[in-house]
Amino acid sequence: MPDTAAPLLHTSAVNDYDIEAIRRDFPILSRRVHGKPLVYLDTANSAQKPQAVIDAVSRLYAEDYANVHRGLHSLSMATTDLFEAAREKVRAFVNAASDKEIVFTRGGTASINLVANSFGRSLGPGDEVIISHLEHHSNIVPWQMLRDDRGVTLKVIPMHEDGSLDLDAYADLLTENTELVAVTHMSNALGTIVPIKEMAAQAHAVGAKMLVDGCQSIMHMPIDVQDLDCDFFVFSGHKLYGPSGIGVLYGKRDLLDAMPPYQGGGDMIKTVTFEKTVYADLPAKHEAGTPPIAQAVGLGAAIDYLTGIGMDRVAAHEADVSAYAAERLQAVPGLTLVGTAPERMAVVSFTLDCAHPHDIGTLVDLDGVAVRAGHHCAQPVMQRLDLPATVRASFGMYTSRAEIDVLARALETVRKMFA
Amino acid sequence: MTETQPAAPPETTIDETMDDLVDDLAFFDDWQDKYQQIIHMGRALPAFPEPWKTAEHEVHGCMARVWMKGRWQDDRLRLYATSNAIIVSGLIAMLLKVYDNRTAEEILSHPPTFIERIGMDSHFSQQRSTGLAAMKNAIFEIARQGPADGSQGMGTGSQAPGAGNREPGAEEVGRAE
Ligand SMILES: Cc1ncc(COP(=O)(O)O)c(C=O)c1O
Repeated sequence: MPDTAAPLLHTSAVNDYDIEAIRRDFPILSRRVHGKPLVYLDTANSAQKPQAVIDAVSRLYAEDYANVHRGLHSLSMATTDLFEAAREKVRAFVNAASDKEIVFTRGGTASINLVANSFGRSLGPGDEVIISHLEHHSNIVPWQMLRDDRGVTLKVIPMHEDGSLDLDAYADLLTENTELVAVTHMSNALGTIVPIKEMAAQAHAVGAKMLVDGCQSIMHMPIDVQDLDCDFFVFSGHKLYGPSGIGVLYGKRDLLDAMPPYQGGGDMIKTVTFEKTVYADLPAKHEAGTPPIAQAVGLGAAIDYLTGIGMDRVAAHEADVSAYAAERLQAVPGLTLVGTAPERMAVVSFTLDCAHPHDIGTLVDLDGVAVRAGHHCAQPVMQRLDLPATVRASFGMYTSRAEIDVLARALETVRKMFA
Repeated sequence: MTETQPAAPPETTIDETMDDLVDDLAFFDDWQDKYQQIIHMGRALPAFPEPWKTAEHEVHGCMARVWMKGRWQDDRLRLYATSNAIIVSGLIAMLLKVYDNRTAEEILSHPPTFIERIGMDSHFSQQRSTGLAAMKNAIFEIARQGPADGSQGMGTGSQAPGAGNREPGAEEVGRAE
């Protein structure tokens, strides 16, 4: 169909947000799928990469690459500088007080597991960890494992039908035995934004620490960990337009200092004898082994790219696209939005009366549209809403209203096919 | 459950059936039309009794849910399957057209080449998502076990005694499963 194969006209409602230029920075966005322009609406799953990130990674491998922290030779020193510069970029991006508070991991999941296996090691029977019904499996399973290993009590903040958390119930769950509250900043399945600043204050009032799963929020809004006053904040590089294979654990310095290392190996030690090992200082103590070097450099480039545009402006553009999507998709006959909390962004989850999400995902792909269909690694959310699955369209800095229109038209075609 | 498949051996060979499937879909130029056809096939799939939708009969490895049950009629394997997604049900309908009511030997000597010939492999190369591979493996696994042990499930052999002779009547299956 030549009309749908024509290039899309991308515009932004945000002043000076040059979405066409931004889209040109992401080479993959110019490709076609089944002969149609790619409409990538799966950024919550993983974000596409700007040329600046691709270049930073290949330039490192082509020009400077060596292992970090371990060589006196020029290449190792150059790579170490780039690696540590990336850490500083992450620090500034989330406004941590010190770069010693930024631990590089393999991903958001690895960051949560690090806390569960290190901070968690000091917990035992009688201690309580609170998570929420909105969590991704990554912020459920490590705590269940801790519960089973150490006899910790695991409590779950219930969720309202609209996908917001029941904050009254949260207040009731907090006790002086609560050691940790681990909640998501933004639901990957429904897009709900969780008021973590208020929740952190409540946690602190009973002496508990607060871990924020920022895997979904990090790419959509400016983050200031000091303002949020969370004790841990974790995210994955690949959702922040950076490479896969790298994640970040922000932790308050005194906490990270007190925590035992979760893994042992090279790079995390000062001295090793068979009798005794003296651990390195922060953050190396928590970074055993050769770290994700090129991935860190790529993540640094992604952060430079985003800061160059401005997270405020990215957030404003995405808020516009999200509002437009909710409105435009609701006009599709038979479509039900799933997750209608007032504070929501960048994710629209829905079902169609005529077809299973799996069918919808398969058919809109024929129109070049990439969405996710399924439980989105958040089965408890689906159980709570009594749904087997939803279709999820998720947006990023490069998503335009025109793409939402393509999705809506593709859904109308699906309806016709099932009529 | 309505028996729509003939109890007598199929009139066409597996190879002929696969050729027919390929021809039927080759008739449509547009992928949307091909899918429309697959949706029709999915809708025409005989109903799968609700009581059979148990963990034992669930085929894992698909993003949509799929249930499959095999039952030996002498040396022929009768297959029953369904999915909660219609396109996946359409793929199941194709697999059943090819493999239902065949002997173990026929099944095991005929990998589902029609998928590639239809051009489905480019659409479904993410085999995990449609679970085509998982469904094919489930069928082949039942066939490999053969009629000898009287098993009828997903090859688990953990059926209630005598289950192998049971007709798929709704009251009966309601009991043990
Ligand atoms: C809210 C949330 N937490 C954690 C994760 C896990 O991230 P990763 O798979 O990158 O470790 C994801 C990724 O989908 C997520 O959306």
